[in-house]
Amino acid sequence: MLRRRVIPCLDVADGRVVKGTRFVDLVDEGDPPELAERYAAEGADELVFLDITAAPERRGTLLDIVERTARRAFIPLTVGGGVRSVADMRDVLRAGADKVALNTAAVADPTLIRRCAARFGRQAVVVALDARRRRSRDATEPPTWEVVIKGGRQATGLDVIAWTDRAVDLGAGELLVTSIDRDGTGEGFDTELLLAITSRVRVPVIASGGAAGPADFVSAIVDGGADAVLAASIFHRRIHAIADVKAAMAAAGLPVRLVSEAVA
Amino acid sequence: MSPGSRLSAGPRIGVVDYGAGNLVSIQQALTSVGAQVSFVRDVEALAGSDAVVVPGVGAASPAMERLRRQGLVDPLRAWLVADRPFLGICLGLQLLFESSDEDGATTLGALSGTTTLLIDAPTLPHIGWNQVVRRRRHALFDGIEDGADFYFVHSYAGAPRGGLDDETVLAETTHGGTFVSVVARGSLLGVQFHPERSGSDGLRLLGNFVDLVRAA
Repeated sequence: MLRRRVIPCLDVADGRVVKGTRFVDLVDEGDPPELAERYAAEGADELVFLDITAAPERRGTLLDIVERTARRAFIPLTVGGGVRSVADMRDVLRAGADKVALNTAAVADPTLIRRCAARFGRQAVVVALDARRRRSRDATEPPTWEVVIKGGRQATGLDVIAWTDRAVDLGAGELLVTSIDRDGTGEGFDTELLLAITSRVRVPVIASGGAAGPADFVSAIVDGGADAVLAASIFHRRIHAIADVKAAMAAAGLPVRLVSEAVA
Repeated sequence: MSPGSRLSAGPRIGVVDYGAGNLVSIQQALTSVGAQVSFVRDVEALAGSDAVVVPGVGAASPAMERLRRQGLVDPLRAWLVADRPFLGICLGLQLLFESSDEDGATTLGALSGTTTLLIDAPTLPHIGWNQVVRRRRHALFDGIEDGADFYFVHSYAGAPRGGLDDETVLAETTHGGTFVSVVARGSLLGVQFHPERSGSDGLRLLGNFVDLVRAA
């Protein structure tokens, strides 16, 4: 049976792992390949690297980090941030990534999703999106969300559901959905947002933004329909171990991969 | 190479590079289990290898087109007919069948059957760790528990003519429907998952493959 995945996310700026609240107040959390190796040993099912500086001149640094990580951690690696073309994606895959996450560039030019999927297969194309909940006029209206870019600083006017439908149509093989409202707050995943998406698409959905404890991960899967759950700071700061999260998932009856060499 | 250096060094494994994605992981993983890895981009490099690994993700048609341009299609077919050591990974396994439903491509045809879309899959692509359940014993899985998890990322899988009971089938995996996740026939081996991304069990499997090559 397919296991539900637990994915540590490494936000990388200038070659270091960082984490801030709502994409600001960045704090240094360590060396990416070193953290990646630690997480692989602790039972991470996959890793996500997001280059949050992603300026073109830093591409070399990122590719070097991807390659050093791929040589140390024998688990799948998704890399996002600054991928703007099929050639960028090729470079990141050749450096050792298994999947590439497209975000801002896909919003600017949705055909990028189709072109990348045609070249490398849809299973290698993750569309990452940051969602902000719209204020509804009254509480009886169902909630809606807007796609935001540039770390939440810029609204796009795109409705999240319309965008995820379109992204999957164009060739997205997986969706990485971050609630900008919840990111870094520890208030739990936005399960309404997740369910609004997972009830419509067949591709796997990775939940991101807001995890505080093991119960949140369980809820993202049980209530939100997510296939995988992603978090950063609670793992970096050892607030919770991956093994603890998996134990809670297993106790809730969810299929998880238990790693024998994992050290809690 | 002198016979003496062959004894001290690991088997020479040629990883076919036809422009399909991540080669760093497979190179690193094979090296870490004792192989000497080189990339095969033409027929000369193929001839100097003790075993061939065809990795790859994505669709069959562009993959076959690139293999054709590199002049590798007929040499690979001959390699397989001669039953020389071979490991296909993911798309590299799918290419062993006769054709692919994904884009209608004619593939290498070393195994009878076609590559078809996963049946009744609750999510597609099938991405993540899933159990590989053996239908018979094989040295490729020495030291690996039956039902161990391996990492998959695909939407299609090879369907041997004889179905799950086909004599080439070594293991199966269930995601909605049950599909063939490992084939073995003589020195031909194919896995639908990515051993180079499957943690310690993946490395063990690749180590077993290297041992099989060494013994061949």
